Parts: sequence; C-alpha cells; structure tokens
Amino acid sequence: MKRILAGLCLTTAMSLSAPAFAETKTVGVSIPAATHGWAGGMNYFAQEAVKRLEATYPDLDFVLATASDPAKQVNDIEDMVATRNISALVVLPFESEPLTGPVKAVADAGVWVTVVDRGLSVEGIEDLYVAGDNPGFGRVAGEFMAKSLPEGGKIVVLRGIPTTIDNERVEGFQAALEGSGVEILAMEHGNWNRDKAFEVTQDFLSKYPQIDAVWASDDDMSVGALAAIEAAGRKDVKFVLGGAGMKEMIARTRDGDAMIPANVTYPPAMIATAIEVTALGLVSSAPVSGRFVIGSVLVTPENAAQYYYPDSPF
Amino acid sequence: MTAPLPASSPTPAAFAPRRRISMTVVGPILALILLAALGAWLNPNFLSAANITNVLARSAFIGIIAVGMTFVITAGGLDLSVGSMAAFIAGLMIMVMNAALPSMGVGIPIVLLGMGAALLAGLLAGLLNGLLITKLGIEAFIVTLGSMGIYRSLVTWLADGGTLSLDFQLRSFYQPIYYGGIFGVSWPIVVFGLVAILGEIVMRSTVFGRWCAAIGSNEQVAKYSSVKVARVRLATYVMLGLLVGLAVIMYVPRLGSASASTGLLWELEAIAAVIIGGTLLKGGFGRVWGTVVGVLILSLIGNILNLTDLVSPYLNGAIQGLIIVLAVILQREGKSGA
Repeated sequence: MKRILAGLCLTTAMSLSAPAFAETKTVGVSIPAATHGWAGGMNYFAQEAVKRLEATYPDLDFVLATASDPAKQVNDIEDMVATRNISALVVLPFESEPLTGPVKAVADAGVWVTVVDRGLSVEGIEDLYVAGDNPGFGRVAGEFMAKSLPEGGKIVVLRGIPTTIDNERVEGFQAALEGSGVEILAMEHGNWNRDKAFEVTQDFLSKYPQIDAVWASDDDMSVGALAAIEAAGRKDVKFVLGGAGMKEMIARTRDGDAMIPANVTYPPAMIATAIEVTALGLVSSAPVSGRFVIGSVLVTPENAAQYYYPDSPF
Repeated sequence: MTAPLPASSPTPAAFAPRRRISMTVVGPILALILLAALGAWLNPNFLSAANITNVLARSAFIGIIAVGMTFVITAGGLDLSVGSMAAFIAGLMIMVMNAALPSMGVGIPIVLLGMGAALLAGLLAGLLNGLLITKLGIEAFIVTLGSMGIYRSLVTWLADGGTLSLDFQLRSFYQPIYYGGIFGVSWPIVVFGLVAILGEIVMRSTVFGRWCAAIGSNEQVAKYSSVKVARVRLATYVMLGLLVGLAVIMYVPRLGSASASTGLLWELEAIAAVIIGGTLLKGGFGRVWGTVVGVLILSLIGNILNLTDLVSPYLNGAIQGLIIVLAVILQREGKSGA
C-alpha cells in the first residue's frame, strides 16, 4: 500500500503538475504538549519542520496535534484518521502502553507509521522508528563522571519521571560507573522539574555533608540543583552534569563555567528528523523504513558552539 | 479554640466542633509532632537550622495560597485555578520585568513594578473567578476548572512551550527576597507567618470571618440575616487571587523562571492542607492555624522521605496519601456523630 502511494506520488510529481487538490497527501503529527523544557523544544522543532516542509512540498499537508495526556492523544489520532484521511502518521507516544493499540489500528489501515522516541510495547507495528539513545545517554554521563572524579568520589542522582526512559538512562549510568570507585550516595525522582529538583537537592545537601558532583540528568533539573547548591553555599559540590542540551546550559559550558563542565545531548529536534524522513518517503522513492537511532553525544567546551540553537525555546 | 459561630446557623455540623473539640484540635497538631519526631529520629540533620529553613521557606508558596483557600472553602466555595494562576502570574511578572529592564534598569523600582504587576494580576484573576461565580451563578468547581485550563495554556503560550526566565542580572538583584531574611528568618517565612497571623485574626475576630462561616454553613439563613452573600463570597475569591500574587512574588526570585510545569498541583496541595487543618470541605467552619499545620505536614512528608532511604522513591506518593488520610481520620474520630 505504502509503495503504491509513494509510487503514485512520484508519478504525479513527474508527469503533471496537477491541481494539487486531489493528490494532496496529509501527514498527521501527534506529540505530547509542551509540559516541560524538553517537550517545549520538541514542539518548537516539530512546528519548524512542518513549516519548512509545507513550503517545500505543496503536495503535502500537515496536521499537528499536541496532547496533554495519553487519552487525548488517542482521540487526536482517531480524529486524524477519521476526518483528515492521513497517509502517514508521525507519533511521539505519551506513554507506550495506552498508545500501542490505537497506533496499531492506524498501521493496519495502511497508513505509514513513524514512531518517535518512546517505542510501542509491541514490536513491528511502525514502519520507521526514530529515537534517542537512552542507555547511551546514561552511559555517556556515567563515563564522564568516572573520568572527572577521583576514586571514592561521591555523587547524588536526580531521576526523571518514573518511566522506561528514566530506567534505561539510570541503568546505563550505573553500568558505566561500575568499577570506577565513584559512589552513588542516593537517587531521588526530580520529575524533570525545576522546583522539584531544587527541593530534592536541598534535602540531599542537608543529608550528606560531602557531595562531589550531582548528576541532574536533565537541564531543567540542573537549574534547580544549581540554585539549591548556590543558596546553601556548598563548596564541596564541584559540578552538576545535566543533559538534553538546554541552550542556556550549553552556553555556560561553551563559556567555560566550571560548574557546568559538560552536557549530554538528547536532541528534541529528533521529531524534525522523523517528520522530514517521513515526508521524504511520501514524495520520493527513497526507502526510509527501518530504525534511526540518534546517538547521545558528550558536549564539552570545545564542541559546545555547534549544539547551541539560539532560536529554540529549549 | 473554635471560631465564634454565627448565632443564626442552626445546623448540627456547625455545633459539632464546639461539642467535641478535643480531637479536632489535637489531631493535626499531633500528626505534625509525630512527623517531626519521626524526622528527628531518622536523620539528625532534620532539626538543623538549614533544613528547618528550607522546609518552611518552600512551604511558604502553598501556605500563603492555602490561607486564602481557607476563606474560600469556609464560605462554601472552591478554587481549582490557583496553581495555574500562579504559573500565569509568574510568567506575566517575568515578562513585565524583562520588558521594563531597558528603560528602568536594575533596581528597586523595577522589582516594585513586578510586584505591583503580580498583585494586580492576582486581584483581576480572583475578581474574574468571583464575578463568574457570584454574578452569573455558575458552580465554583466549573468556573475554576475552566480558568485552571485557561491560565495553564496561557503560560505555555507566553513561554512558547519553553521557559520564561528573568534576566540574569535582575534575578541576582531580586534573589534576596527568597534567600535573604531578617534576624536569620528568611523572607518567605516572615511573609507566610504574617499572612497566617492576619488570616487567623480575620477568620476568628472579624465580622468578615463570621460572614464566611455563616454563608458556608447555610447560605439562605445568611441571606435572611442580611449578610451580603454575593459580596462576601466575591471578596474571598479576590483575596485568594491577591494571595496567589503574593506567593508568586516570593516564588519568582527562587529560580527566576516560569514554565508550563510551574505550580502544577498546587491547588490540590492547598486544598488538602486546608482539609487536613480541620476546615470543613463543605464550608461553614474554617481554621487558619489548622491550615498552616496542614501545609507543614505536607512539606514535612516530602522532606523526610528525601532525607531517609526508608521506602522506594516510587512509593513516595503512597506514603503522602496515607499520611494525609491518617491526619484527617485522627481528627474526624470525635465527630462521627455529626
């Protein structure tokens, strides 16, 4: 079915510059609402990609929906299929379990399905999977910790919202620290939230007289952790390692701030990759099915400039 | 210990707190003392000045709001919008201050401008909720559920899905409002204390406090007793709005930012604190000091869970829920007949 569609499109493009009306294809994009910094960046990059592609391909139409919970996302997707007759769906599932059934129904109806970031709980539904590398994200962070701290260094960890993503990251982190002699004093969920991270860090600082570094695991949480450390006036904490590449934090790394010596990428722009590749699949005969894993990279003062996106809200 | 009850309120519920006063008064305090003892026993740092300051200062936002919520609930109302209202006002305040920075520069005037903007926005937001509820006669639950969604969306839109951040220099200048203090007591604690004391006085010793209880206890009777029901009720929402503005004034200097996740679930924490403190959810009886105890219980739970490794962090929410229910059972015991 998809091949046929792609083929049809190609024919159209080559033979007649048709009155785009009849041949216009619609791509549905369903993503979670901007409830935290990373999601805000992801929303921004999704809108940018849609804007760019609509200008580039007059034959493609996009419908973008943001959902504040999994149930709303299921409704969005059902509406897209029922009322917009979409040819392809790009979905970043709010949660894996509740979205698996509805997305499978869409795929069974012959619509091209691209899944981003959070995998579905049943394999083989999607045609294209674009994701960040969560175990890699944890591993890169862990390796940085092991390298930057002496044996016997003590760290505390701020975890995200309890999810598979968070578990994979933390497991990768712990695996990378194994045998390095760096000790994890405690881990607590900061829910990728500045305020919560602030409070948890305050309590860690009360609890432990000596902390060498904080793995905040996310730049929103870094903001909270840094404020708490600064307010407590604690000089024992040498640095905070965040993640995901918030532009303010990337800028501080670039400018050589000793408290933010590095960052680990988990680019919210992966949604743009997914939309672009999906569109490419619709308008050309280039094969685009498969898996596309975007690696997590260590950002250091040397390479920070190339990860700085001044226009992104994140 | 109970608030003076209006003579015109004949419902048994209103008399219950007077008859069996002991457990309702002792309950929340007992829960607070038990929690504090548990914390001190589990971790010696619990009673350190730094930790006490942390806990009290972070309670201040919810605490200031919860005092206002006590009046709204006592008068038989409810406000679900305070959390997103706080986020929206914080975003607005940051934008106003950033916008005025080039012309005003860093200094006290710009901070005062921001504070004025926050209070004004709070007042207007409260007025809007109150007018919809009193003039149009729409259920408070529905009105504030609606405004909750509106403010949350507005702040997301203002921030373009990201985070609104106060200019760095401005933030450094404004920061002492959260981190600084007087005689070793930080400002949020001072403000929270003042609001609580004033609230207690207004609830207990003024006509306004009695009117609130009268309306919440029986609106019709209050009306026949020539209480201006709509006006008093409107006043409770306006007051709550103003207090949300005040809470934001203390909140913004902490991290200098506002986003869609600011103030998430504050409304439920504030309502929970009010109920733990012994105020009746259906209205008619309110206790400001109880609300303060309720707020402290809620933040102590979080603090103790962070300071110890007693339970898996996955279970934090369960422990919190358990203690909230226990605290309420503890004080309802004596009132089973009511």
